[in-house]
Amino acid sequence: MHIHSVPIKIIALTFLILSTVSVFAQGDIEMADRMRSEGKIYVVVAVLSVVFLGLAVYLITLDRRISKMEKEKENQ
Amino acid sequence: MEIKKDWWKFLSIVLVLTAIIGGMLIPVPRLAILNETIRNLFYHVTMWFAMMILMTGSVFYSIKHLRSFDVMDDAKARISAEAGLVMGVLGLVTGSVWAKFTWGAYWVNDPKLNGAAVTILVYLAYMILRNSLPEERQRGRISAVYNIFAYVLLMVFLMILPRMTDSLHPGSGGNPAFSNYDLDDTMRIIFYPAIIGWTLFAAWFAQLKFRLFKLNYKLESDLFDLKQPS
Repeated sequence: MHIHSVPIKIIALTFLILSTVSVFAQGDIEMADRMRSEGKIYVVVAVLSVVFLGLAVYLITLDRRISKMEKEKENQ
Repeated sequence: MEIKKDWWKFLSIVLVLTAIIGGMLIPVPRLAILNETIRNLFYHVTMWFAMMILMTGSVFYSIKHLRSFDVMDDAKARISAEAGLVMGVLGLVTGSVWAKFTWGAYWVNDPKLNGAAVTILVYLAYMILRNSLPEERQRGRISAVYNIFAYVLLMVFLMILPRMTDSLHPGSGGNPAFSNYDLDDTMRIIFYPAIIGWTLFAAWFAQLKFRLFKLNYKLESDLFDLKQPS
């Protein structure tokens, strides 16, 4: 009754793997392909990076100011 | 800031930048329903990982406080939990936005989501408990013990209970979140650095807050010394 024989398992596994490959290959799942091919995604990435770097620089200056306060406190 | 001592702050900037640039640009699996939003893995899921790591730090300092009764350890426990709470709330809000797209509602009645909400409430209760105890030593001890319970609840609500029932959320209902179907190898290259990056970035905020607390504490004890008649 049991059909859990090794060849069937291998065939099933191969089929599964192949079906995933075909899912990856076909383009019918909607992705932002056009935005990427036109290179507009780089504009978004550039803006995000600038915003984050700006916040990071602001955090660094805050860190420096606190370091200065710590030094002043120790020298008292 | 010195490179030698504060290298991890620069590392956090580099790693978060990697998450922003790489997370947007690397090829991701084409999956139905998720589509391009699978990239939220680098921004939403990492919030929860950062939260859990910060809460682990918090409970570490709570246990340390119970052994040393040092006020500074108590402050470290509180501030780590605060930073973790910020990450947790961000995780909840970003998850809600993502849920609207994939599941059609901002909130679905799901064990993982409700567990996450309860965890946030547990840590809010920790903050309320702290604020309701005016005496410093008592506050330190009671809230340290509560924090250990809170950490156990975090594990139960985020890691254990969602895995025991069916859930829409990956990593629940017996579906591991890190199976090959959910997370492919190219995504891991960005995902793991993103976790470390966001965690260190939050830890940076926590460290600044702790240093301000320490300065303020010293200042207040100086004032106290001035007031005392000698």
